[in-house]
Amino acid sequence: MSSWIVTNLWLIPALPFAASLVILSLSNVRRKSAAALAVIGQLLALAFSILAFLPTLQTHGFRVVQNFNWFTFGEQTLRLGFILDPLAAAMLMMIALVGLCIFVFSVGYMAEDRNFVRFFAYLSFFSGAMLGLVIANSLVLLFIFWELVGLASYLLIGFWIERPSAAAAAKKAFVTTRIGDMGFFLGMLWLYNRSGTLLFYDGGNGCLESAGLAMLGASPAVAGFIALLIFCGAAGKSGQFPLHVWLPDAMEGPTPVSALIHAATMVAAGVFLVARVYPLFSLGAINGVTPSLTVVVWIGVTTALMAALIAVAQADIKRILAYSTVSQLGLMMVSLGVGGVAAGIMHLLAHGFFKALLFLGSGSVIHGCHGEHDIRKMGGLRRPMPVTFVTYAIGMMALSGVPFFFSGGWTKEEILHATAHWPRSHATYYLMLAGVVLTALYMTRQIIYVFFGNSRSASERVHESPRVMTTPLIVLAICAIFFSVLLTPAWPWLHTYLTGESAQFELVRLIQPMFFVSLVLVGAGIGFGIWMYRNAGAPERNRPAEIDPLEYAQPALFRFLANKMWIDELYNRTVVAFSWMAAHLSDWMDRYFWDGLVRGFGAIGQLFAIFTTSVDERGINAGVDETTAGTRSLGRVMSIAHSGQIQTYLGVVAIGMLALLLLYAWLA
Amino acid sequence: MTPTLQIFLIVSGALFSIGLLAALSRRHAIFILIGIEMMLAAANLNFIAFWRFGPQHQPPTGVMIAIFSIAIAAAEAAVGLAMVIAVYRHYHTTNVDQLDQLRG
Repeated sequence: MSSWIVTNLWLIPALPFAASLVILSLSNVRRKSAAALAVIGQLLALAFSILAFLPTLQTHGFRVVQNFNWFTFGEQTLRLGFILDPLAAAMLMMIALVGLCIFVFSVGYMAEDRNFVRFFAYLSFFSGAMLGLVIANSLVLLFIFWELVGLASYLLIGFWIERPSAAAAAKKAFVTTRIGDMGFFLGMLWLYNRSGTLLFYDGGNGCLESAGLAMLGASPAVAGFIALLIFCGAAGKSGQFPLHVWLPDAMEGPTPVSALIHAATMVAAGVFLVARVYPLFSLGAINGVTPSLTVVVWIGVTTALMAALIAVAQADIKRILAYSTVSQLGLMMVSLGVGGVAAGIMHLLAHGFFKALLFLGSGSVIHGCHGEHDIRKMGGLRRPMPVTFVTYAIGMMALSGVPFFFSGGWTKEEILHATAHWPRSHATYYLMLAGVVLTALYMTRQIIYVFFGNSRSASERVHESPRVMTTPLIVLAICAIFFSVLLTPAWPWLHTYLTGESAQFELVRLIQPMFFVSLVLVGAGIGFGIWMYRNAGAPERNRPAEIDPLEYAQPALFRFLANKMWIDELYNRTVVAFSWMAAHLSDWMDRYFWDGLVRGFGAIGQLFAIFTTSVDERGINAGVDETTAGTRSLGRVMSIAHSGQIQTYLGVVAIGMLALLLLYAWLA
Repeated sequence: MTPTLQIFLIVSGALFSIGLLAALSRRHAIFILIGIEMMLAAANLNFIAFWRFGPQHQPPTGVMIAIFSIAIAAAEAAVGLAMVIAVYRHYHTTNVDQLDQLRG
């Protein structure tokens, strides 16, 4: 049974795709069948993912590929394929499980929406594309699924298309990620040119195997450029600086979408891509350092710190989580860059669970507060929404990296560990430590604003969300806690599973210096947060209630952060303004220069015409009049055929063509 | 069942007819464009089919022509849609029945 799925991996993405197609053909009122179909498709995908996961447990370094010819062109054959290895299997499990929770949650969250059916069609479509992305064994196939998830993301961000802000956000996300994908595409072409294949693994001939790497290794600089071009795509998708601007705006979409696409799965695709083609990045590494990996590290550090700083000053509950996602993705990139591939992927998986939990929790809060997003207007929600509060607190502690019981703590520690041993620079390590403190700080701020204190304008008459919404929260919260069992250094099962070694149980490794460092840092972050925001939302000495305590203490800094460091404005003044100017210049050229030329020639013609007219009128007019009358009456008869209806013309053409065909058949 | 030339010709004939029917009977300019695109696709299918079932080991002329015509079709679609938008801005309709200024 389990070997059957290994050779039929395509079934896993095919099921949600099929569900999506069927749902699209349903009418707008078949809400129940749409939701049922989507959930069943996802459930089957999860079942198959588990079946595919089982054989990878039995042997270490399990890897099965199935390649097939897509098409032959001249002497070139384009081959695609599917792959099952620990990385793919772990991603499949995470995506299918988180996806299922979010599908169920959406049934409750979107219950009132007019386009409920369309929403589930898009969700299933996204899920299929994402599951396909992780099992692709060819850069081309990966790119196809990559673009499909991009399309799904565009459709779902702009789901509430009647809001101009949602439409603009969808467009921004699409265009921004396209900039990165351009690099990805160029990298792919260059790689094909160099290695002659885009299959990752092909029995020794793939581009990530010894033969392909040897061919690339001939010129390490080129290999580095290819890796960096591919990283452009990853940076666009994963919201890395300077292409991160689309991700916070993507929060215009419905909250389950933010949870599924813009927190747990799609944005992690960039990290996944870097991990998948890691041999390209580490080609010719000296001491684990290559120029391309160094770039990855610094981009990751910049992103992680900048986003964490911005998150401290945001007021929209979803935007805080969005910047937190950007920051965590930066952290994962740092981990990959310094050589901790397994640590980065572990953080990706753990992050998938707890960030989906946090987003769904924020969805529950927004649902309870009748669509309010501003945390300054909430407060005191822990009493009316106990389930949401407890699960949200679990997610918050996992994200802040509270050690021992929460998955995020262990993975974060492992990343810090990898960063500390990076030979190039120690600055990254200290900057990452600062990032940990900031994460704990902004999450504490958020939770105090939302769940503690007195209830404010938006949190009156709040109710707990229905069961269909709280159950996924509880499932995800349990995942976030139990996942930590697989991550502890005492029994590093997941780590060894990903790297293909066998796990040993050793209790001693639980106690490491890093453990105390992160304990102190997280404690400092949360403690400072509690001290700073203890009276947030209530007036205090000279501070009015609606002013943030940080804003009161440091108004200039707060304004800088609250305006997202003016990066959007900077882009508006430079990139957008530039293309605007180019468009207007072309418009002006068209209107005045080219048009002027044409008009000039026209004027010459007109002058000539005036001259000939006078010759005509004075000379050969009278004799022609007779002919004219004849022609005019003929013209009147002919003009009957000219109805002005384009389709009549087209029909006559079609009949004429048919007549020619018949003539041809008759003659032959 | 092995694919034969006839099957491809029947499919492309059907595709062409559907496209022609759409272009002749729909009233919305965009649907007419879609019909035209379908007819183009049918022609492309014919190119590829005749190349594929023609003499063996010849250069991929059919595919080259098809790729070329796909590129032209893309440009045509862009121009066509731009014209639809321009027409809509001018006449506030895309119903081709009402666009008969060229009537004789």
